[in-house]
Amino acid sequence: MPIIKQKDYKTWKKFDRKRDLQNWLCWFLGTLIFSFCFGLISSKTIWFYVFDSHNEALDLLGRMFPPETNYFLTLIKPIWDTLNIATIGTTIGTLIAIPLAFLSANNTTPSKKFLRPLALFCIVSSRSINSVIWALLLVAVVGPGVLAGIIAIGLRSIGFCGKLLYEAIEEIDENQIEAIEATGANKAQIMTFGIVPQILPAFTSISIYRWDINIREATVVGLVGAGGIGIELDAQIGDLAWAKVSVILLTIVVAVVFSEWITAKIRKAII
Amino acid sequence: MNDKKVIWKRKPLIKNRLLRIGLILLISTYLLSVFLTTEIDWQRILEGIPRGKNFIFAFFPPDFITRSDEILAGIFESLWMTIVATIVGILISIPVSLGAAKNIAPKFIYFLSRGVITLSRSFQEVILAIFFVKLMGFGPFAGMVTLSLSTIGFFAKLLSEDIEDINKSQAEAIKSTGSSWFQWVNYGVQPQVMPRFIGLSLYRLDINFRESAVIGIVGGGGIGSTLNTAFDRYEFETAAAVLIVIISIVMIVEYTSSHLRKLIK
Repeated sequence: MPIIKQKDYKTWKKFDRKRDLQNWLCWFLGTLIFSFCFGLISSKTIWFYVFDSHNEALDLLGRMFPPETNYFLTLIKPIWDTLNIATIGTTIGTLIAIPLAFLSANNTTPSKKFLRPLALFCIVSSRSINSVIWALLLVAVVGPGVLAGIIAIGLRSIGFCGKLLYEAIEEIDENQIEAIEATGANKAQIMTFGIVPQILPAFTSISIYRWDINIREATVVGLVGAGGIGIELDAQIGDLAWAKVSVILLTIVVAVVFSEWITAKIRKAII
Repeated sequence: MNDKKVIWKRKPLIKNRLLRIGLILLISTYLLSVFLTTEIDWQRILEGIPRGKNFIFAFFPPDFITRSDEILAGIFESLWMTIVATIVGILISIPVSLGAAKNIAPKFIYFLSRGVITLSRSFQEVILAIFFVKLMGFGPFAGMVTLSLSTIGFFAKLLSEDIEDINKSQAEAIKSTGSSWFQWVNYGVQPQVMPRFIGLSLYRLDINFRESAVIGIVGGGGIGSTLNTAFDRYEFETAAAVLIVIISIVMIVEYTSSHLRKLIK
């Protein structure tokens, strides 16, 4: 951090001249890229609709209020389905993720050349396809309904949990495993007494975290027919029944805040 | 001779016996009630398996050529959307995350900012996109607004947690020089959270690209609309090509962003 001498006094600046120029260049390039991209987007936008959107929004809000509160009773089953999709989906996803994580962690994989890349490929491809797209494909295969949602959420969770879990396995303390080995334990015993206790806290917090995300995801798989509250949302938007839509949105907010509250509680209890 | 063996047993995971049994009972009742309340149409699934097989075979071979113009246009649109949305979202999240840090903001602003974050986190991108498409018309602008708003919830939440964890003495040192509030944030807080800030921005860029592939399905522009059009035209070969392109770009983006994040650390 240079001190700059002016004619009669010294002053301090955060960066020297070279760094200042670099920073300026970065900002300049960033702004250039931003304006270029925005220009392309704006060329495909009908600005009349955008400038009119506040009127539209007010109109929509006017139609949404007052919410049709007694409609909530018919929502109980869909929200229960949504919770189940998230919970069972997370369970399935984590159960499949465990062996995959052991296969893809550098220190536990049985074969580095063949099985590890295969397991990593499974993890990456599950992560890159969004659960809505999974649901879109699965609705065609198993038919619309809760089951498609559960499988979609499960498939999407495999990658997420597998990735975080194998990173946790790679970071375990080798000394503890050596100690177990020194007692003459076999491979399975090393696994259960050396590795599992070390990754158990990471495993629980990963699965809770994913459950929290999955509640949110489970609200949208219904939009493509895979069960849960999304089906209701799609139907009511299709009917333009905005007073009912607002009830659905409120229910979703409550469910998400509730799940966040529960995960915070469990995390505190465990850690 | 009584030959007593000393046997070691592993400690149970939960010490309280009552709690242990209670949890097992609770979980099994839950599973049972799920099983009883979900209707699974096995007939439909059995029918679906050959249909699913046909459906999956319809994807092969992936056809990159016929609609290559549309695929390219969709990808570029997704990229523009992602870049603009990430920048706009981050710019909005900075004040929100300052407001949502307990050690900086007064109570009133704290609760306001937390409210904004919770609201933005509650709705999945797709739900937000449905509404913005309705308000602002089809196209990438609605998608961009959606992605920027959902960036706020993610970015401001994690950044504010980092701001809450800053080293107090460093910030105090700046304050004791008589700095104004902005100088204090600029010299005392910002340098401490900068590594996390850059890491989170790269991570969010990666997420936004992935999400941009889905919000197109509800009309938010980008590669998602190309995918949706392909499905609607029953051109499954093209849809397969789009999916492959999405997966490979996501892999590239994810790889570079994680690599960059490691470099910064």
